[in-house]
Amino acid sequence: MHFNIHAVKAIYFYELSRFFRTIFQSLASPVLSTSLYFIVFGSAIGSRMGEIDSVSYGAFIVPGLIMLSILTESVSNASFGIYMPKWSGTIYEVLSAPISALEIVVGYVGAAATKSVILGTVILCTARVFVNFSVAHPLVMVAFLVLTSVTFSLFGFIIGLWADGFEKLQVVPLMIITPLTFLGGSFYSINMLPPVWQKITLFNPVVYLISGFRWSFYGISDVGVVASLGMTLVFMSGCLAVIWWIFKTGYKIKN
Amino acid sequence: MEDGIISVQNLSKVYASGYQALKNVNLNIRKGEIFALLGPNGAGKTTLISIICGIVNPSSGTVKADGHDILSDYRAARGKIGLVPQELTTDIFEKVYDTVKFSRGLFGKTPNPAHLEKVLKDLTLWEKKDNKIMTLSGGMKRRVMIAKALSHEPTILFLDEPSAGVDVELRREMWDMVRALRDNGVTIILTTHYIEEAQEMADRIGIISKGELILVENKNDLMKKLGKKTLSLVLQNPLEEVPAELAPFKVELSADRTQLTYSFDSQGEQTGIAALIKKMNDIGIGFKDLNTSESSLEEIFVKLVGGR
Repeated sequence: MHFNIHAVKAIYFYELSRFFRTIFQSLASPVLSTSLYFIVFGSAIGSRMGEIDSVSYGAFIVPGLIMLSILTESVSNASFGIYMPKWSGTIYEVLSAPISALEIVVGYVGAAATKSVILGTVILCTARVFVNFSVAHPLVMVAFLVLTSVTFSLFGFIIGLWADGFEKLQVVPLMIITPLTFLGGSFYSINMLPPVWQKITLFNPVVYLISGFRWSFYGISDVGVVASLGMTLVFMSGCLAVIWWIFKTGYKIKN
Repeated sequence: MEDGIISVQNLSKVYASGYQALKNVNLNIRKGEIFALLGPNGAGKTTLISIICGIVNPSSGTVKADGHDILSDYRAARGKIGLVPQELTTDIFEKVYDTVKFSRGLFGKTPNPAHLEKVLKDLTLWEKKDNKIMTLSGGMKRRVMIAKALSHEPTILFLDEPSAGVDVELRREMWDMVRALRDNGVTIILTTHYIEEAQEMADRIGIISKGELILVENKNDLMKKLGKKTLSLVLQNPLEEVPAELAPFKVELSADRTQLTYSFDSQGEQTGIAALIKKMNDIGIGFKDLNTSESSLEEIFVKLVGGR
């Protein structure tokens, strides 16, 4: 099977160069906001809270905060990455090139996911400045970091293809991703919720991501790590199916 | 119908809105020619180009580029084609060299700095290679678009309104560049609003109107076939009216009554000029000057499209 590796590399490095061109804005904003979370929740409020499953509150929220940034940045980067060419008209070049839908996705989503992994790593290092913690399962942690970045970059890519205005690009991260992340156990264990809410919250896919990611740090989780991994893969498969359909039909691209 | 380097058969396009942009278009572009596609706004020119280049999905029909189907064998088909779009659509924050290098990569070509240097030098962009596109003039941006289209060494080049918004000097330079590309074996298809451009450049002309390709003709044949010549005779003395003896010639008298105009078919066996002059001589109408003029492509175009 032919694979246009030169095209994938062209898109990937072109997108990354955009990231590095604005490296300060790309990293400073999420790092600053995460630092504020650590100061407010980790130090100011966290110092008055007890441990959760033998983990200090400041350390407990580290995986959730990294996830919060990764989810929103993955969606934003990927959606912006494909929306901008659509908006400016430069998408013509990608569509007229001898490149398959898969290669387009690998290029754009790969670049967006790479940015998220870089960001996640930077936030992890920033967190270490404020809180003392260790990572129990580093390989699993990296796997979750990469899988989540790729999955939500795919989701962002769909939003970028679907959106026909800048406001739509903002709606999903602001109105869906952020609330789901806040309600997905970033700042608490779902075991702290009333029983009925513990059941309801299991419908939130972000719960599985944060739980699995937290397990890789401390070996504690709200749901089984296999279930977390399974949900991530299911969501990723769903995103891939939608993207496949979009390119097959040309929805909002070629019509 | 023989297959050209571009072969379009029974091509139709209906957009999701229900608007039919193309109606059963059939077209063959010959290898190595300059083909000009003329048509008023909304005629379907850009839709036709966009389908051939893979930007828009066709509703029905087939298109082949150098023998490769644009859908089932899209990699081979698109690899042959370069496109300079109508709009100046580039990432304005990118540098000239980087954006051209990006285009070459997209088309699956290995890096070739020597080729990119040649393209940029040919387009007098080499000095600007490290400039951000946002710092360039409109004409320079247009050259960047052409450089991007040529970066992967296409054998078929589409120029969608290449002269839109460029000054006369750059237009002339672009015409020279297009001729040079043709001389190097590149087939050129251009759409244009500037009839002068088609008249100057094209080997063959297609006219599209309301989604239908209404005519494809060798430019010179088209002008001979449809072009009318007129003979203007400046009279020695003004006339009150056209004499009855000249009525069969359907001559027209100018408003100031000093000039007679006679239209004739330049391809006809008898133009009627000799008979007209003899008749004028017979009835004592003298003339002190005469000249002939030919219909421009623009007049032909207006006549064809306006009649629909």
